[in-house]
Amino acid sequence: MADATTSSGAASSSIPADLAAETLPSLYRTMVLARVMDERCLSLQRQGRIGFYVPLQGQEAAQVACAWALDAADWVFPAYRELGVALVRGVPVKLLLDQFIGNSGDEMKGRQMPNHYGYRRFKFVTASSPVGTQISHAVGTAMAARRRGDAICTIAFFGDGTTSSNDFHAGLNFAGVYRAPTLFFCQNNQWAISLPRERQTASETLAMKASAYGFPGVVVDGTDVHAVYRVVREARRRALAGEGPTLIEAQVYRLGPHSTSDDPRRYRSDAELAQWKERDPIARLKHELLTLGLVTEESDQKVWEAAKELVGAALKEAEATAPVDPRTMFDDVFARPTPALEEQRRAMDGLLKEGVVRP
Amino acid sequence: MVQAINRAMFEAMRADPNVLVLGEDVGVNGGVFRATEGLQKEFGPDRVLDTPLSETGIVGTAVGMALYGLKPVAEIQFVDFIYPAFDQIVSEIAKFRYRSGGQYPCHVVIRSPYGGGIKGGLYHSQSPEAYFAHTAGLKVVIPSTPADAKGLLLSAIFDDDPVLFLEPKRIYRAVTGEVPDGDHRVQIGQAATVRPGSDVSVFAYGAMMPPALQAAETLAAEGISAEVVDLRSLVPLDEAAVLASVEKTGRAVIVHEAPRFCGFGAELSAILAEKALYSLKAPVVRVTGYDTPFPYALESLYLPGADRIAHAVRATARAA
Repeated sequence: MADATTSSGAASSSIPADLAAETLPSLYRTMVLARVMDERCLSLQRQGRIGFYVPLQGQEAAQVACAWALDAADWVFPAYRELGVALVRGVPVKLLLDQFIGNSGDEMKGRQMPNHYGYRRFKFVTASSPVGTQISHAVGTAMAARRRGDAICTIAFFGDGTTSSNDFHAGLNFAGVYRAPTLFFCQNNQWAISLPRERQTASETLAMKASAYGFPGVVVDGTDVHAVYRVVREARRRALAGEGPTLIEAQVYRLGPHSTSDDPRRYRSDAELAQWKERDPIARLKHELLTLGLVTEESDQKVWEAAKELVGAALKEAEATAPVDPRTMFDDVFARPTPALEEQRRAMDGLLKEGVVRP
Repeated sequence: MVQAINRAMFEAMRADPNVLVLGEDVGVNGGVFRATEGLQKEFGPDRVLDTPLSETGIVGTAVGMALYGLKPVAEIQFVDFIYPAFDQIVSEIAKFRYRSGGQYPCHVVIRSPYGGGIKGGLYHSQSPEAYFAHTAGLKVVIPSTPADAKGLLLSAIFDDDPVLFLEPKRIYRAVTGEVPDGDHRVQIGQAATVRPGSDVSVFAYGAMMPPALQAAETLAAEGISAEVVDLRSLVPLDEAAVLASVEKTGRAVIVHEAPRFCGFGAELSAILAEKALYSLKAPVVRVTGYDTPFPYALESLYLPGADRIAHAVRATARAA
């Protein structure tokens, strides 16, 4: 796999600053937290304590290193698998668990299924389920920011399957035409539910699709935090310098199911999974940290325990948070409820009071 | 009317630097119906953007701009071509505020010419308002006069919510009238009783208003007093005005050019059945397009005209 090569095969020229060694432990802790939270959420779903879950295992390095390379003022347009990005942006674990439960602490007010969260103060836009719709939003926001003279970039996250969508085409085409300061971060995790990457497109790489839109596409090993960080920094530099967008294809592997409703044994082999497990991004970074003397087996154990404690405490708090108030169902459809919505709210309230229905 | 729409955009763009226009051929060419004529010359290509030919891209990009606080006015050249952007409108624009718990309002205005009567055939004549009126979170506004077109469009651009603004292209130039200067606003969500009457209520909007009024005129000579109500906004609907009119007349005829089945008339009809049944002296009647795709050669038969409307109102007025 090429590291930071453009779609034409030429080595990317100006490589900006690398990840500093002293930040690696912090980056690693975030990856471990994502993994621990992921495992906990899969089990919470099996126990019926949350309704659904979309795991990210295998994609931690790509997400965390990518988000690490962004500025706090940059706008993130996630899909529904970007837990690692959310943690880097600073979204508290408790707030995420509130969303998965759909309780009164959830800033989405219990309206979206798990993983479809967003927080304006973290510049992390609320995701939807249709794939790719966020791509042109990122382009529009980038154009708006540039118009205002704000030196930020936007970044859209999506997967290999999304490269087949009309929103991918429309968004990248607009970005090319308007030279929008936008990054397109494609996590090619090799599987769009049951469809393998080679049947998603006949293109040799996903990154090469950028050529058709008139800007560079870069393939990067998404299990290598250094490579991902460098590529994103460079793409961000280009965006802010007015050089236009970049498509980044981070090659990763979805170690788990597409979602808790999916059983990947139906469509892919144990041998393939085992092969990729050897390239587990967390194990890879841990090995590096051990080599650099930045962790020991004992201190690593503590990192995992701390993450488990953090998630456990947040979960306890989230599960003790009150459920959503049913009357809020009618808020935020419009800025102010219409008379028809007020009438429906009163009707539902009546049914609740009479005990005809229960929340 | 198209001039009034043009004036509204000039007015809005002069008043607020956050307002911008994007769409196909809206800049240099001024729009295929000239609705955006002169805008690019005054405000430049960064505020009046000629876009690539992609409705998905136009609407999706407008969403991103709105999230950042701009007030984009996107043009879809003919509403018949809006369907590639259906996902962006229904899944994104209409749901952004709700799904984010109020964190992300998404005040995009989408302007689009709709309707038949211009020999446009299947793909330049449709009236798809019901698809959008069915979508929670989206306002749907349709003017029928130049003054309302300006006033409602200005209100739409400065609204807090997304608005689909459908323009009756058949009467872009056929209907003329005085248009107030300056920041003239018409509140969204208020119907207008354009012609008061006592025997039958006729509910219409957009390009169906002229034939509805013509029918009322014809019937007046026959001694039938038809009240003609221009809904102006389908979402939010001025239900109070609809009910008040029927409580007065006891009879209702609903006119739209869209197909009948699950058309907006079905909703009005259901509201009358639920809330005005005891005021009704005759069955509610719908005069609509037929449940066929829009026919080219036979469009004058397909579209409700003054004669068909008068015929239905006459029958309703006489029904025991």
